[in-house]
Amino acid sequence: MSADIAVVDYGMGNLRSVSKAIEHVAPAMTVVVTSDPAVIAQAGRVVFPGQGAAPDCMREIDARGLRQVIIDAAHSKPFLGICMGMQVLFEHSEEGDTTCLGLLPGTVQRFPAEAMFDAEGNKLKVPHMGWNNVHQTAAHPLWAGIEEGERFYFVHSYFVQPDSPDLIAGFSHYPFPFTCAVATGNIFAVQFHPEKSQNAGMALLGNFVTWNPGEGEAACDMSGAACA
Amino acid sequence: MLAKRIIPCLDVTDGRVVKGVNFVELKDAGDPVEIARRYNEAGADELTFLDITATSDNRDLILHIIEAVASEVFIPLTVGGGVRTVADVQRLLNAGADKVGINTSAVLNPQLVKDAADRYGSQCIVVAIDSKRVGDHWEVFTHGGRTATGLDAVEWAKKMAQLGAGELLLTSMDRDGTKSGFDLELTRAISDAVDIPIIASGGVGNLQHLVDGIREGHADAVLAASIFHFGEYGVDEAKRYMKQHGIEVRL
Repeated sequence: MSADIAVVDYGMGNLRSVSKAIEHVAPAMTVVVTSDPAVIAQAGRVVFPGQGAAPDCMREIDARGLRQVIIDAAHSKPFLGICMGMQVLFEHSEEGDTTCLGLLPGTVQRFPAEAMFDAEGNKLKVPHMGWNNVHQTAAHPLWAGIEEGERFYFVHSYFVQPDSPDLIAGFSHYPFPFTCAVATGNIFAVQFHPEKSQNAGMALLGNFVTWNPGEGEAACDMSGAACA
Repeated sequence: MLAKRIIPCLDVTDGRVVKGVNFVELKDAGDPVEIARRYNEAGADELTFLDITATSDNRDLILHIIEAVASEVFIPLTVGGGVRTVADVQRLLNAGADKVGINTSAVLNPQLVKDAADRYGSQCIVVAIDSKRVGDHWEVFTHGGRTATGLDAVEWAKKMAQLGAGELLLTSMDRDGTKSGFDLELTRAISDAVDIPIIASGGVGNLQHLVDGIREGHADAVLAASIFHFGEYGVDEAKRYMKQHGIEVRL
């Protein structure tokens, strides 16, 4: 039997928190943590987490032969990237000068030391660690029931810079605005950790496990109504 | 804006939360899962569990506790106490910890910090530094504050950051248990010396101490145990107080 949700395990960090949180919001679904391309290919939905450094992530993805199945999943089924799993969807990361999966146009950059001061001139720490406000720039089924400006838990030293603003679904400030959520087609990816973000995080994961990308558009097509 | 964090700390031995009174007598403060649930509902930003179990027989109890907490409390969980090897780090992460605290073993074997950070990422490695003022500087102590190391705390903090610690949990042994407030000078000296976040610990007796730790001590997070365990203050009350004093918190 194929899994409802596959959490991609490519050896980068601990996936226990991610799988426990998804089991919590989807008690009736089968959730598997797997590095088996066949299991990922057959799963209904894919969660692509990740911690650690970009060069290691890319190396481990290829060492397990996961590159193609990740790309295929991102094109074909509800796909949620988390943290490093968001960053490596882009073309290139400054971290270790790493070529990434290139699914989304844009790059990944480090918080620049010279900019890391708050309005009062106090030094800001890197990694950006803790609860920060997430501002929603586009309506999306994954934001359903989540307040604009809600706080999520972050821990990262690099952030994504999409080439096109059309990709951006949310941003945060540290101290300048940076993209912390992107959405296109059936891909939704976030820099923060929904699995550690208490009620807001559970709401987002709950939205993901029931999300049917494309359903909205299809409904519009059938009704013939204009879609704003 | 990034919020300053409030982190209740649960000292656990033989499966129960305890709190030392005047460093000797351990007073039972309750069931860890129940307490974790209560702090989560009150808005704790993270939880720290310190396993102070003396005998190895009962070491696995903390794993069951973390598993139970991680199944229902979805905020970052840090677990420390008795971590000696990368395998210990892995065991705690597998049980559901998000970060692992390394204290004495970091001094005995600094390579452990590097190996664990390389393997699991800096974000999950918290180095705990117990420090006491000695003359005009601060020295690192291990084994729960009993053993002097001769290491300068500020230099040690820098070294730990270089080796890959993602965060430092800084405890003033002079202040711990005194309820007279954090050692603000120590906290500031270390926070200003490194780029990674600092959790201030040791000495909290009232809510103003939390504010001072952030304002004067430049801490990124504040940790406290007894003021929360015995109901003197609630976590939510602490956050409202900090907000009233101009500190960004998650409410």
